[in-house]
Amino acid sequence: MGDPITLISQWFTSLLLGWGLAEGLVTVIRLFLGAVILATISMLTVVALIWVERKLAGRLQDRPGPNRAGPFGLLQPIADMIKIFTKEVLTPAHADKVTFHMAPVIFIASVLLIWVVVPFTGTVVGANLNVAVLYIVAVGAFGVVAVLMAGWSSNNKFALLGAFRAVAQMVSYEVPMVLALMVPVLLASSMGLNDIVNAQSIWFVVVAPLAALIFLITSMAEVGRAPFDLLEAESEIVAGYHTEYSGMAFGMFYVAEFLHHWAVGALLATLFLGGWRGPGAETWPVLGILYFYIKTFIGYFIITWIRLTLPRIRIDQMLAFNWKFLTPLVLVVLIFTAILDKVLETNGVGGWGYALAMLALNAAIGWATVLILKKIEPSRQRQRVEFPPRPVAMAPKSE
Amino acid sequence: MTGLEIVFLVIAALTISAALMVVTTRYLVHAALWLILALFGVAATFVLLNATFLAVVQVVVYIGAIAVLMIFAIMLTRKVMRDSGPQMNPRWGWAALVGVALFAALAFVFTRSPAAGMTASDLVAGADPVVELGQALVSPNAYVLPFEVASVLLLAAMIGAIYVAWKK
Repeated sequence: MGDPITLISQWFTSLLLGWGLAEGLVTVIRLFLGAVILATISMLTVVALIWVERKLAGRLQDRPGPNRAGPFGLLQPIADMIKIFTKEVLTPAHADKVTFHMAPVIFIASVLLIWVVVPFTGTVVGANLNVAVLYIVAVGAFGVVAVLMAGWSSNNKFALLGAFRAVAQMVSYEVPMVLALMVPVLLASSMGLNDIVNAQSIWFVVVAPLAALIFLITSMAEVGRAPFDLLEAESEIVAGYHTEYSGMAFGMFYVAEFLHHWAVGALLATLFLGGWRGPGAETWPVLGILYFYIKTFIGYFIITWIRLTLPRIRIDQMLAFNWKFLTPLVLVVLIFTAILDKVLETNGVGGWGYALAMLALNAAIGWATVLILKKIEPSRQRQRVEFPPRPVAMAPKSE
Repeated sequence: MTGLEIVFLVIAALTISAALMVVTTRYLVHAALWLILALFGVAATFVLLNATFLAVVQVVVYIGAIAVLMIFAIMLTRKVMRDSGPQMNPRWGWAALVGVALFAALAFVFTRSPAAGMTASDLVAGADPVVELGQALVSPNAYVLPFEVASVLLLAAMIGAIYVAWKK
């Protein structure tokens, strides 16, 4: 009773077998239907998310947000959808047509593929891969390829510049992200997401808060939203790699961005906030789905909050922050976590003792980082650049 | 013919035709995109062999890093658009000979290896292959020396790259 999804799946399988279909074929049909349902639910979540995000943005910026279409503006995303469906999909002159139209499809696929390995509850998971964490990194690679394809095939300088920025950002932030992902893998001694959830009798955000923080920052950069949205900085390069897209082709980039944002929340919940775990979730798996969604929303809310609060960073700041701060820090965290894990394991320390020792280690590393930053920062003088004064407007030279 | 064999044939045909397109297309960026498809086909073949770790690493390393870097380099060069030069040079015969010889040597080795007669499900019977691979990479009786030598090589390459790019 507590596990309706498995029940429906079993009923469906026995129904098809009763019709005399081969067992292999039934498995294929079941998995295919599961994939369709999963993708549809993910896409429909985005419809709700667009409303949530716009409302949140409104409230955080002291304005009402959408409030005209329907109660609390709930019908606003529907209106937006109808608008975007009816718009024409334009192809720029001299664009590389096939590449141009393939890019949004690959982009949205790269985000939808993340949901394959996310465990919604103990019994509901698309594929319980034993290399799920690495798989998440791998599907992100398709997103990078799609951005490059979009930027190059548009035959537009701003799109190409945006693609270059995007790829520089996504490829560099992948390094600390993968290293931060290694910490929960190390703690759970497995790369499967369901195993990682099962290992979190104490949430990993307590055991490895620094890794959680670094994962949050780097995955925000991977999504490419403010403060890391310099790949589509409106004031500099129009809209970045999707400058030339219109109608539903643009809509796919838009939806993929929202869905990626939500997926980061889901990954944060799964890797660090205990995933579907909660009181009674083992006996009533349907409760696990509820806990999972609540935790995902917490991660999603934190990212939205940061996005609406901080201004955009410059490209040199973006690269320096990654290579001179995040990467060394995450390397230190990973090495010391591995050493302490081995030391505690050989001494037979487990449970809360283990968690508190790890927490103390993280606090020590964080404290040392702050001390080092304080020591470096005053010695770094900002160069003052003086420009000759120039008039705001000048009359054109007479011929 | 089982369903798995049909899937394998489709993937193999896709991989080989994508690889042919890499060397025959006249647009450099298209060549790089076809290369991504060929590499993806190889990853799909690894999946069919139940080697999920290799499949995922294939995508991370070859598509996520190498192919993207290649596209980046191509876009920064002048010949982004059509290349009008001849596609074959006079010594293509020798290249073909080397290619055939390499294929023959690989085929010879594969047919002699103990894994040749096994099915995909036999290959991973037993323990978790990821755990076994990880232990083999750091075990002194297995691959720890090549693993460390490769790390030193990569470190040397990195230091070399920094030295070359360093502002003097």
